[in-house]
Amino acid sequence: MNESLRSLRDFFVSLKLTVALLVFGMLLIFAATLDQVNLGIWAVQEKYFRSFIVYGRFGEFAVPMFPGGYVIGGLLLINLVAAHIYRFAFTWRKLGIQLAHMGLILLLLGELFTGLLQEDFQMRIGRGETVNYAESFRDNELVLIDVTDPEFDEVVAIPTGLLEKGKPIQHPKLPFRVVPKLYYPNSILQMRPQDGPPSPATAGIGPQLMAAPQPITYRENERNVPTAFVELVGSGGSLGTYLVSTGLIRAQPFEHAGRQWKIALRVRRLYQPFSLTLNELRHDVYPGTEIPKNFSSRVQLKTADGREDREVLIFMNNPLRFGGQTFYQYQMDRSSGFTVLQVVRNPSWLVPYIACTLMTLGLLVQFGFHLIAFVGRRRAPAAAAPVSIPAAR
Amino acid sequence: MKRFLPTLAVLLVLAAVAGTLRAPRNPGAYDVTGFGALPTLVNGRIKPLDTVARTSLLTLQGRQRLTAADGRRVTPEEWLLDMLFNPAVADHYAVFEIVHPDVLALLALDTADGQGGKRFSLHQLLPRIAELDRQAKLADTTEAPLRSAFQRAVLQLRNNVALYQRLQHSLAMPGARDFFDQLARIEAALPAGAGAAHGTGPQANLMLEASRMFGVMDAYGYLHTIAPPPGSPEGTDWQTAGAAWNAALSSGRVDPTAAAYAAIGRAWQLHQPEDFNRGVQQLRENFAAAMPAEMRKTGVEVRFNVAQPFYTSTMLYVLAFLAGVVSWLRWPQGLGRLAFGVLAIAFVLTTAGIAARMWLEGRPPVTNLYSSAIFVGWGAVALCLVIEYFYRNAMASVAAGLIGFATLVIAHHLALGGDTMEMMRAVLDSNFWLATHVVTIAVGYSATFLAGFLGLIYVGRGVLTRGLDTATARNLGRMIYGIACFAMLFSFVGTVLGGIWADQSWGRFWGWDPKENGALLIVMWNAVILHVRWGGLVQGRGLAQLAIFGNIITAWSWFGVNMLGVGLHSYGFMDSAFWWLIIFMASQLGFMALGGLPLAKWRSGPALLPAQRKPAAAPTLKLAGV
Repeated sequence: MNESLRSLRDFFVSLKLTVALLVFGMLLIFAATLDQVNLGIWAVQEKYFRSFIVYGRFGEFAVPMFPGGYVIGGLLLINLVAAHIYRFAFTWRKLGIQLAHMGLILLLLGELFTGLLQEDFQMRIGRGETVNYAESFRDNELVLIDVTDPEFDEVVAIPTGLLEKGKPIQHPKLPFRVVPKLYYPNSILQMRPQDGPPSPATAGIGPQLMAAPQPITYRENERNVPTAFVELVGSGGSLGTYLVSTGLIRAQPFEHAGRQWKIALRVRRLYQPFSLTLNELRHDVYPGTEIPKNFSSRVQLKTADGREDREVLIFMNNPLRFGGQTFYQYQMDRSSGFTVLQVVRNPSWLVPYIACTLMTLGLLVQFGFHLIAFVGRRRAPAAAAPVSIPAAR
Repeated sequence: MKRFLPTLAVLLVLAAVAGTLRAPRNPGAYDVTGFGALPTLVNGRIKPLDTVARTSLLTLQGRQRLTAADGRRVTPEEWLLDMLFNPAVADHYAVFEIVHPDVLALLALDTADGQGGKRFSLHQLLPRIAELDRQAKLADTTEAPLRSAFQRAVLQLRNNVALYQRLQHSLAMPGARDFFDQLARIEAALPAGAGAAHGTGPQANLMLEASRMFGVMDAYGYLHTIAPPPGSPEGTDWQTAGAAWNAALSSGRVDPTAAAYAAIGRAWQLHQPEDFNRGVQQLRENFAAAMPAEMRKTGVEVRFNVAQPFYTSTMLYVLAFLAGVVSWLRWPQGLGRLAFGVLAIAFVLTTAGIAARMWLEGRPPVTNLYSSAIFVGWGAVALCLVIEYFYRNAMASVAAGLIGFATLVIAHHLALGGDTMEMMRAVLDSNFWLATHVVTIAVGYSATFLAGFLGLIYVGRGVLTRGLDTATARNLGRMIYGIACFAMLFSFVGTVLGGIWADQSWGRFWGWDPKENGALLIVMWNAVILHVRWGGLVQGRGLAQLAIFGNIITAWSWFGVNMLGVGLHSYGFMDSAFWWLIIFMASQLGFMALGGLPLAKWRSGPALLPAQRKPAAAPTLKLAGV
C-alpha cells in the first residue's frame, strides 16, 4: 500500500480521531444550547446540526467558525465504520463493544434520515368541527382556486420558494401565467395613506394596502407573515397584480375566461385521506388550583373510503398513530373551544428504537463482563485477609 | 478496648439517630401536634397543617425555627395557630427575611431593627406596605429574565406578604374584632335567619355584613380546610372556611368542620387548653371516620416532618467525611470502620426518607429538582458503600460524605420555594416515565459525580499530602474507570428513555432541547473518558482530571441548562444559584490545573514518580480542551 494511502487509512481508523470528534461534537452542542436563548430551537437546529459549516455573523460578513453537525456526524460515521472494517474480528469478549457501535452507526443514520424525511404539521379543530387537512408550522403556499363548480374546488398550490425565485410560473391547470414581482418573507400590512407612494398592486384589495418588510422571526410562539405581489398574465395580457399575504383572512376573487377564481397566500396544507371531528375537549386541573393535570381531545376518525369510523381519545403522552402519521395533543383553548394536534410524519421513526436497543444491549454485555471479572478478582484477596466491618453486618 | 471503640461510636450515633425518630410531643398544655396533623387541601394536595406551617416558614424566612421577640421558642404549629386565630400576635413575629439593602431602604428599615439583622415582622413592614406594592407592580411589567436583583427581591417580598395574608384569611377574618363572637351570634340566629341577607332589618344587616366578610375570606383564603361531605359526587372540591360559612348563611346548617375550627380558634384566642384539645380531638375523630387513608398519610407526614431525616443525614455525612479524611493520617483501621458505619446509618436514614416521600406522594423517587438532588446524593452514596466494601481504604467513604453533604445542602436550598411534594404538570404526570427515564438519568448523574469526586480525591491527596502511594493511586484509577463505565451505561440508557418519552408525547425522538443536549454531553464525555483509557492515551492522573471535568458537565446539564430559561424542561428555573454554579465550575477547573502540575511538585510526587514513567498529563490536557 502506498504511503499516503496508509496514513489516510490510519487517520480514519484512529481512536484519537474518535476522541477529537467527540470533543468537537460536545463543543458544537454546547454552543448550540447557549444560542437557543437568541435564536430559538428551530433556527439552532438548522444553523448547527443540519449544516456542514457553522457561520458566525460579524456585521455583514458570515465567517465560517466551526464544523457543523453534518461534518462532525459524518466523520464520526466514517471513523466508526472504517475502524470496524479495519479491526473487525469477532470474539465473544468484543461482542458488547461491537453491538454498541453498530447501534451508534444506526443511530447516526437514523438522525440523518429524520432530518431529511420528518415533516411536522398541526391540525386545528374547533368543537364539533370536521377537518381533513393539516397545516404546516412554517411553510406557506400561493393557492389559485377554481370555484366555478359549486360541488368542489380545484386547487393549484405553489410553494413560496418559487415566489422567492421570481421566475414566471406556468401550470397546466392554470389558463394564465403567475409572475412573482416581490416577496417579503415577513411583513406587516397597513392601510395605505392617501398621499403614499403608488402600490405595485393593481387589482383586488392590494391597492388599498401597504406591506412593510420585517426581519424573519425564529421564535417558537411567533409566525412570519409573508407577503407577495404576483401578476397574473393571460393570453390577452395582464389580469392585474395582486397583493397576497397570510395576513389577509379572505381569498380574493376574480374572473377569467368565464370561470370564477380565488387567489390567496395561506399556510401550507397537507390534505388527508381521512377526517377528524372534535367531539369533546378536556383540560383537567388539580382540585383547588390552576395546575394542569391533563389535556385530552375526543375525536371521531373517519376515512374517505368509509372503512374506518371510530372514536379516538388523544391525550398527553398518548398520541394516535394512523396512516403513517402520529397525532399528538399539542395546544388547547377551552374557552374558545378548539384543540391543536401536532401531526408528525416520520417514516424512520423506528430506527432510533432499534439503534438504542442494540447500544443498550452492547453496553450491558461489555460492562457486565468487566463487573464479573472485577468481582472475581477482588473476591480472592478479600477472603485471604478478612477485615471485619461491624456496622455493615 | 481500642478495638471496640469504632463499634461503640457507631452504636452511639445509632442511638442519637433513633432519638430523632421519636413521636413529637406537645410543648405545653395545648395539643398542637394533634392540630398539626389535621388535613387540608393546598395546591392540589391533601397535606397536614404541620407541613403548611413548615413550608410557609421556609418560604418566608428560609428556616423552620422561630423565636418570639421575648426569646421564647415558637414551634411551626404554634406560629400557624397564631397566624390563623391571633393575627395581632402573629404580626409581631419576625418572619420576613429581607436582605437586599435597597428593599430595606424602601421600607425604611435598618438591619439593626431586624431579628438576626435580617428578619422583620409584618408590623414593621406595614407603614410602607403601599410603597412595596407600587414597586412590585412596576417590577411586574418587566419580563422575568430581565428583572434586576432589586426587582426580584421586591417581587419575592410582595409574594411572601401575599402568602402571609392569604394564610391569615383561611379560618378567620384578620382585623375583624371579636370574630368568634360574631360567628357565635350568626350561628345562634341561623336556622331561622337563613337567607335573611336578602331581607331588611337588624338581622338582615348582620347577615349581609357576615356574607361580605365570608366572601372576602373565601376569595383570599389559602387553605381549603372543609372536606366535601361523605357521599358527595366525585370531583367535588374541598372548600375554604369562608365558602362553608357563606353556604351556612343560605342553608341554615353550619358545616361541622367549620364549626369545630371556630371552637378551636376561640379556645386558642382565649387561652382555654381543655376546649382547644377537645375541639382538636373532635375534628381528628371526624376526619378519621370520613377519610381514614388520608389521616394515616397526614400522620406519617407529620412524623416525617418532625424527624427531618435529611437534616440528620447531612450531619452524619460530615461526620463520615471527617472520620474518613483523618483515617488517612491516623488509625486507618478504626476510623475507616467508623466512617463506613456512620455512612451506612446515613444511607439507611436517607433511604427511609425517600421511601416515606414516595409513599406519601404515590410517585417514583424523583419528581422535581429538589428530589433529584436528594436522589443523586443517595445513588452516589450507595455506589460508594459498594466500593468501600471491596476496597476498605476510606476513599469512597470520603467521596460519599462529600457528595451526600453537598447534595443535601443543595436540596435544602431548593426547598425554600415551598412544598417539595408538588403536583405533576400534565406532560409529567406519568409514573412510568418518571420511574424509568428520570431515575436512570439521576443515577447517571450520581455516577458521573462520583467519578469526578474520586478524581478530586486523587488530585487533592496527591498534590497536598504525602499519602498517595502507587498502590492507592492505582486503586483510585480503577475505581474511577469502573464508575465511569457505570455512568456511561446509566446516562446513555436514561437519555434513550428520555428520547422514547419525547417520541411518545411530542412526536420526535430527539429535539436538541437544552436538557436533552445536557444529557447527551454527559454521555459523550463518559465516552471520551472510556475511549482515551481504552486507547491508553491517559493513565491514572489524566483519568482523574478528565473525571473532574465530568463534574462541570454534570452540574451544567443538571442545573445550568435550567438557568437558560428556554426549552421544554425549563420548569425548574432558579437564578440565585447561578453564582454558586459558576464558583463550583471554577473550583473544578482549579483542581484540574492543580492535577496538571508536574509530579515533582506534588507532595506525593516522590512516591508516585517511579510508577508514572509515561508522561500522560500533556495529551490529556489537550484532549480536554483546557
